[in-house]
Amino acid sequence: MPLLRVDNVSFRYGEQWVLRGIDFEVAKGDFLGVIGPNGSGKTTLLRVIDGILAPQEGTVSLEGTEIGKLRREALARSVAVVPQYSALAFPFSVEEVVLMGRAPHLGRWRFEGDEDHRIALKAMEMTDTLGLAARDMESLSGGERQRVLIARALAQEPRLMLLDEPTAFLDIRHQVDFFDRIRSLNREGGLTVIAVTHDINLAAHYCDRIILLKNGRIEAAGPVGAVITEEHIRETYGTEVLVDRHPRTGSPRITLT
Amino acid sequence: MTRFFLFTFLLAVPAIVLSVASKIETGKAVTPLRVSRVCALLFGVFLAVAAIAAITGPHRIDLLSLLRQEGAAASPEHTIIFSVRIPRIILAAIVGATLSTAGAVFQGLLRNPLADPYILGISGGAAVGAVLGIIVGLDVLPFGVPVLAFLGSLITIFLVFGVAGKRRESQSGTLLLSGVIVNAFCTAAIMFLISTASGTRLHGIMFWLMGDLGLADTSQTLLGGIALLAGFIVIYLHARSLNLLVIGEEQALQLGVDVEKTRRVLFFAASFITAAAVSLSGLIGFVGLLVPHLIRMIFGSDFRLLLPASFLFGATFLVAADTLARTALGPSELPVGVITALFGAPFFIYLLRKTEAGRCRF
Repeated sequence: MPLLRVDNVSFRYGEQWVLRGIDFEVAKGDFLGVIGPNGSGKTTLLRVIDGILAPQEGTVSLEGTEIGKLRREALARSVAVVPQYSALAFPFSVEEVVLMGRAPHLGRWRFEGDEDHRIALKAMEMTDTLGLAARDMESLSGGERQRVLIARALAQEPRLMLLDEPTAFLDIRHQVDFFDRIRSLNREGGLTVIAVTHDINLAAHYCDRIILLKNGRIEAAGPVGAVITEEHIRETYGTEVLVDRHPRTGSPRITLT
Repeated sequence: MTRFFLFTFLLAVPAIVLSVASKIETGKAVTPLRVSRVCALLFGVFLAVAAIAAITGPHRIDLLSLLRQEGAAASPEHTIIFSVRIPRIILAAIVGATLSTAGAVFQGLLRNPLADPYILGISGGAAVGAVLGIIVGLDVLPFGVPVLAFLGSLITIFLVFGVAGKRRESQSGTLLLSGVIVNAFCTAAIMFLISTASGTRLHGIMFWLMGDLGLADTSQTLLGGIALLAGFIVIYLHARSLNLLVIGEEQALQLGVDVEKTRRVLFFAASFITAAAVSLSGLIGFVGLLVPHLIRMIFGSDFRLLLPASFLFGATFLVAADTLARTALGPSELPVGVITALFGAPFFIYLLRKTEAGRCRF
């Protein structure tokens, strides 16, 4: 059984259809990239997968259970999201933010126990944020902040991690650092990842498979090399690009013409 | 001289204890042990301030003679302390705790550091009710003015939620806006009512609008206390959800919070206890804004500690302020709201400057 099954999903805001007939599966251990122009429905798709938006047609199921039937708490134990950016209204320390990832595992009354602290500690170790534990979130740089948000998502111990343009505000070094970490979690930890991104080269470099969206429909899906072609990019983005091979990895690489 | 000493003490004790506490308790995650330690400390401070408040007042109380004639329940000292001052201290504690708790909840729910318990129009509605009650002479009845004030605030709560209710997107923005508008409307109504009031009623109206803890009787205080306890239990059950709401509605959902239900429960619980407190004491400003910020600067933003600490320190703060209000000008009393603002604002500014930049953001 696939970990995630998106079964013929359509979604509209009011009268405006944003997703139409989206149909795909994600197996355990996959690293799936979702790309497409602005307004193609990438973020909406992520929200439907995370149960924040309920599709008018079709279903999303996680290991055979329809997610619309799960309580938020139960869903948060299986699916974690790393957002683009997080603005806190009041100061919280890094350790406090990472421990928030344990919330779906605790009942209403329980405080975080030793086990929760151990999991949070491990998540901070894996993301190199242990040294920041006592720092105020607001005092961190963009790169550090995104690492803390990965740590929080890891503390949820999810089966599926969703990345919502997580490197949109990062420079190239921190983009690479971010995706290197996610890939090693994927390769070594078996974490299943779905990443929405604007950066086609990043997606090509790190993902196993790619879904290309255009106007709420899947324009192309499959292995990276089959999706990222000059023709597909021209069709969806209306931009002429040159696609060649990365000299070392052999993955496709786009260049503006 | 004695009076001067007492004033200094009342103001200094909380400040000293809080600054000592801030040295021990920074940067750590909240644990049950830490919550109980902080609460024990703050409860000790409350008892000390309440004890001083009980022996402070226009009628000087000789402690030694009070202790010596322990058995004589009928002595005037005994009567003053147990029938006049302690009930008033209890009311001040209830109102202070309510406003501070509700202030913390509204700041979290609206994700806005400027929020206070009155921001959604509760004060305006209560004031219209109370002023109306005073003008038509309902203050001769035991529950007359409080009931009208409570009804007034309930009406505004439902009005504000009715206006904002159906629009889910950016709900806190809509709520804030409708609160501001309802308050503005109520202010106009109050001005109208005041301009029709006779001179003898004006003093009562002024005191109500600035907050007065000398109005309520024992049964009303008891009701206020019950409302506060019930409300606080409901609110504290959602303390961790409040933490998650502070980092954003969507992220709270992604971390497993049933956002819509939680917000609804918290808004109504906080509004309800505020309405109950306001109907007993009038509009005491600044406590609900100041205390949660103060506690947050010292103990951090985690609501599991912030709520009980605000509760206890809010009670302490208002008992101290009320003691000043009833003694500062000799036998005549000041509205307690004057004291909370006169002393609270400079102290708050001092703290803001002192706390390192970025710890508390406006």
